[in-house]
Amino acid sequence: MQKQAIFQSRLLPYALVAPQLAIVLLFFYWPALQAVIQSFLLQDAFGLSTSFVWFENYLDLFREPAYFEAILRTFFFSFAIAVSSLSFALLLAVMADKPLRGSMLYRTLLIWPYAVAPPVVGVLWIFMLHPSLGIIARYLRAIGVDWNPLLDGDQAATLIILAAAWKQISYNFLFFLAGLQSIPRSVLEAAAIDGARPMRRFWTVTFPLLSPTIFFLLVVNIVYAFFDTFGIIDTMTRGGPGKSTETLVYKVYSDGLLGGNLGSSAAQSVILMVMVIVLTGIQFRFVERKVTY
Amino acid sequence: MALRHFGVAAAFALTVGMTASPALAVTEIQWWHAMTGANNDVIVKLANDFNTSQSDFKVVPTYKGNYADTMNAGIAAFRAGNAPHIMQVFEVGTATMMAATGAVKPVYKLMAEAGEKFDPKIYLPAITGYYSTSKGEMLSFPFNSSSTVMWVNLDELKKANVAIPKTWPETFEAAKKLKAAGHDTCGFSGSWVTWVNLEQLSAWHNVPLASKANGLDGFDTKLEFNGPLQVKHLENLVELQKTKVYDYAGRTNTGEGRFTSGECPIYLTSSAFFGNVKAQAKFNFTAVPMPYYPEAKGAPQNSIIGGASLWVMGGKPADEYKGVAKFLTFLSDTDRQVYIHKASGYLPITKAAYEKAKAEGFYKDQPYLETPLLELTNKEPTENSRGLRLGNMVQLRDVWSEEIEQALAGKKTAKQALDAAVERGNTMLRQFEKTAVK
Repeated sequence: MQKQAIFQSRLLPYALVAPQLAIVLLFFYWPALQAVIQSFLLQDAFGLSTSFVWFENYLDLFREPAYFEAILRTFFFSFAIAVSSLSFALLLAVMADKPLRGSMLYRTLLIWPYAVAPPVVGVLWIFMLHPSLGIIARYLRAIGVDWNPLLDGDQAATLIILAAAWKQISYNFLFFLAGLQSIPRSVLEAAAIDGARPMRRFWTVTFPLLSPTIFFLLVVNIVYAFFDTFGIIDTMTRGGPGKSTETLVYKVYSDGLLGGNLGSSAAQSVILMVMVIVLTGIQFRFVERKVTY
Repeated sequence: MALRHFGVAAAFALTVGMTASPALAVTEIQWWHAMTGANNDVIVKLANDFNTSQSDFKVVPTYKGNYADTMNAGIAAFRAGNAPHIMQVFEVGTATMMAATGAVKPVYKLMAEAGEKFDPKIYLPAITGYYSTSKGEMLSFPFNSSSTVMWVNLDELKKANVAIPKTWPETFEAAKKLKAAGHDTCGFSGSWVTWVNLEQLSAWHNVPLASKANGLDGFDTKLEFNGPLQVKHLENLVELQKTKVYDYAGRTNTGEGRFTSGECPIYLTSSAFFGNVKAQAKFNFTAVPMPYYPEAKGAPQNSIIGGASLWVMGGKPADEYKGVAKFLTFLSDTDRQVYIHKASGYLPITKAAYEKAKAEGFYKDQPYLETPLLELTNKEPTENSRGLRLGNMVQLRDVWSEEIEQALAGKKTAKQALDAAVERGNTMLRQFEKTAVK
């Protein structure tokens, strides 16, 4: 569906786009360029002594086993967050799509968590699951589970995945609901008349017709898990215990701002940027054409 | 994204710089700090008292977030050419600030150039040593100093019929008895896991944490805390973690509520915890010196300080430095130091203020407030107990904590964990050495 607008003057379209371009240049291209430059430099925190080191910062990263562990960890986290959040949101959307009394209320309630800022999400979950403050943690201990995410890396990772997935459910739910409502009823009715049971109707009709939405959400969720989980990790575990919750974006922060190692931090930012550009590219190539908003 | 933060910080620093132009005849002195609550009130009062005591200068304190945030804001402001005059930096930022020749103005130079009377001998050497060169030149001005003490819940110890422990073996025994008496989630614990169990432990037992007098004598220092004493101590903690006689409470001080709530009856953390204990604990408490291993030769030695000092930033005009120098003289006044000590629980930094507090009977009914001072002045400091000066200390502590956590979780032995912590730490120190301004 191409929309075409005809402008009489040549300059008007550029003038209209200019403010947006200015913002993108100022808040994206300029800092991105700074990062690329910084990643070729070795510099102390105060910027007093600077030396140009070519790809030294990148090479140091690739020599560091911890960096590859962080990459693997980030992929695992992203996958776990995306899958758990998507499947749960789809289940809820299918439920909310039924003609129920008060369905508007359910829908509104399900959208709310999206409005909560990531650090706040972290704090909320900490209040429930912190080993010495948490309400749920007490019950877990009472039934004999040795719950201590301060020391147990797997438990800490579970905690982060849970909190991050919970926050993203609302967003996914919205898109799934819209997707479900755009599925033509006649097709579903035809399937019903042919004797297909609800489960079968879902897997053979609804699911395939939803696939563009699912794919789009998968990309969005992976990008979310890559970047927006920073606030959650910072408030909940600060990358610990050990390194079990240190993702790539958290590593950029801790190396750069806590460690004052700006060169390495910038190099990591550039690598992250490339990853996201690739992901976005995939989305535009394969998804944008099939998804109708 | 991290990149954007720099932009934001720099932009913010710009706006701060623009609004801080002196519009009046008084010269403004910007003071960035990280103090909250009652300690923030102390800062505001000090600034107000100074401003009313004379009419040439006006000190403007600004809260900049926690210690790490304040330091980052200062660094970003410096890069944007708008550093404050005075910045409060926590003790682990000392090496980073020292290495920044040109970004900072050493206090001893500032006082000499401004013609202020300044005698480094009036200060407590255990405190100023941390912030001075090996020649005794004071680089930054100690503001709020603390040390590690052992907080004890007297009611619970009495109930379990346990005496206050003095040594580590006694502490382990006491914690076992307390666990048997109902503290089944935590016999003893502590905050700042590396500060208590590596940094202070090493100084208290007169063993090195790192070569070159723990980094005080040069940036080419190597970590040495994987020695038999530190390994044995961590092995003990790992063993006790299994049964919760010891229960790990995190890398920072987030676990301190476990003492005030009564969950952990013995808790090692900063003496500056006093304000919260006083406000929240519903039981009789005290603070005693850190335990020691009796078989270690010469233990206990002396403890090292925590807290923060005031750094004067470089590149300001001479008349503004005059104001900064006057303000530091004002802070060194005996009565003012006694006030800071009583109001915040932080230590007085001059000998005169300590004597005065003692003479006033301040420690009679609150002996625990003298505990950190007694620890700091227990013996003449050695190479291993003057202080620490390691680059990137904030991140170093994170790396050490990671490894200690691995040991406590049973993924590595104590020896493997400390060896790895030393090795990873040394890599970071070499990186710091490369960027440090010679």
